Amino acid sequence: MEFLKKKILELRPDFEKGGKYGQFHTLFDGFATFLFTPDRVSNGGAHIKAGIDLKRTMFFVILAMVPSLLFGIFNVGHQHFLALGEFAGSPLNGLWDKVFYGALKVLPIVVVSYSVGLGIEFFVASKKGHAINEGFLVSGMLIPLVLPPDIPLWMVGLATAFAVVFAKEVFGGTGMNVLNVALTARVFLFFAYPTFMSGDQVWISDKPDVYSGATALANAAATGTPFQISADQTWNYSLQDMVVGLIPGSIGETSKIAILLGAAFLVLTGIGSAVVMVSVILGALLMGLIFNGIGITPFMNMPFYLHLAMGGLLFGAVFMATDPVTAAHTETGKWIYGVLVGMLAVMIRVFNPAYPEGIMLAILFGNVMAPLIDYYVVQANIARRNKRLAARTSFA
Amino acid sequence: MSEVLVQPPAEKKPLLGKKERKLLTDPLSDNNPVTIQVLGICSSLAVTTQMKPTMVMAISVTAVVALSNWVISLMRNAIPSRIRIIVQLTVVSVLVILVDQMLKAYMYDVSKQLSVFVGLIITNCIVMGRLEAYAMGNKPYPSLLDGLGNGFGYGVVILTVAFFRELFGSGKVFGFKVIPDAIYEAGYVNNGLMMIPAGALFVVACYIWIQRSFAKHLEEKE
Repeated sequence: MEFLKKKILELRPDFEKGGKYGQFHTLFDGFATFLFTPDRVSNGGAHIKAGIDLKRTMFFVILAMVPSLLFGIFNVGHQHFLALGEFAGSPLNGLWDKVFYGALKVLPIVVVSYSVGLGIEFFVASKKGHAINEGFLVSGMLIPLVLPPDIPLWMVGLATAFAVVFAKEVFGGTGMNVLNVALTARVFLFFAYPTFMSGDQVWISDKPDVYSGATALANAAATGTPFQISADQTWNYSLQDMVVGLIPGSIGETSKIAILLGAAFLVLTGIGSAVVMVSVILGALLMGLIFNGIGITPFMNMPFYLHLAMGGLLFGAVFMATDPVTAAHTETGKWIYGVLVGMLAVMIRVFNPAYPEGIMLAILFGNVMAPLIDYYVVQANIARRNKRLAARTSFA
Repeated sequence: MSEVLVQPPAEKKPLLGKKERKLLTDPLSDNNPVTIQVLGICSSLAVTTQMKPTMVMAISVTAVVALSNWVISLMRNAIPSRIRIIVQLTVVSVLVILVDQMLKAYMYDVSKQLSVFVGLIITNCIVMGRLEAYAMGNKPYPSLLDGLGNGFGYGVVILTVAFFRELFGSGKVFGFKVIPDAIYEAGYVNNGLMMIPAGALFVVACYIWIQRSFAKHLEEKE
């Protein structure tokens, strides 16, 4: 670190405005402040001081995603070898083979997502003369976690570029986006290349064709129960497997334990909104209960709490619905927003067989509605206070 | 000696003077009905999955706009203003039915592909928009040119959109395969987003973006 610090201080004059490499000022500044706290401080004017800036905020979210990522890497390998019929028995058999295989599949997706996204970010920043924003650090990690393991890398790059340009840069960059960037990338792939993003064939990497590879959600939609019991007992999964995450699915969404670890970290550090997480979950449970009450189809009759254990509902609730830019900003608004997202997610799951996973569309819908929700919450508050004022003045 | 009375030759107006040319070319870029006036968006999303039906649609709309502009302009002094919309609609629907019957008679397969959208030309805002904005207050000949210009402006946009949608959505242009098989074998896949109307919205958005980045004077002053 000392060496880096010396090097940066040595190089800095060249990168100042008007220096030898003045046009790369933003690029240099971005890297330098990524490594070290800058020595420049603001003076004059009113500033809110906080010990945590955008870079550190983003970094905490990435830390919260690490358990999901690590488990995802293991699970990609685990599902692959399970489908091939190797390393039967305890899931820990052949651990290093599984991790190695999973890393070979997952890390390239991470690298592509980051290099494309940051490339565009740097390009736009230096073109507009802005400082480089760190907004993409989180999106770049979220994108791989919501994709199936076998997705071709060029699709990842294309979707990332689409999301960064259309969901973020056209609206004015980090902090100005209406839609969650990572979900925009996913929704692009979902509609552009549906055969790579849904169905039974994509969730297990390099699987033999005889293996069904249906996700828990697909099972639930087809039979009313998410569990899978195959004739020879090798391809089963139970509630315990679903909670631990030993089921096919997108890379980061399967392990509910890893997601809850991340959620606890986000809530403890005050980065993620607990209100949003809780209200999304409550909304999903409520809608599940309502469906239990209606109970026309087998899927409706599925015990309501199982909705939390399958698919990406929990992942979306913890890492995507909580996005501070696209979620509602008022506290009351967060409750409304969360419950709306949770209810819609379960509704889409149950009613629409073409979209087995509802949380993606539900969150995007919530994102669009969030400003409207905030508007009415603020208006209601103004009306209430006006009424109080009127009551008080009429007495006086 | 009586002077010979020589009639000075009537000043002949050129068929396509500067003003007339402007009527034709303005709607192509600076006053484009789709990208600037934001009219006729619905049909530019609905019919643009392939080049061929789009071409037919562009021609049909151009014919309807130009002819209805001309007819209404001829009638403009006889139309009571309280019922002008009804009169305009009658003229437009007659023309649309004519176009529809022509397509059914001579291009049956394309007409099937376009299905209701030919009939829906009557609701295309460009038609009513030009009648109200131009034909009701101008002479027949300029009105005809204005209609033609706006039809071409619409055609340019929807053909561009259709080109990209067909190219990326099915790898073809005018039904001919242009993306070679070798690229498909290397893992390329047609983009399904281009086949749904939402994809057209993005293409139109890009068109507007590029157009405005070249024509800075179109940007609203703050």
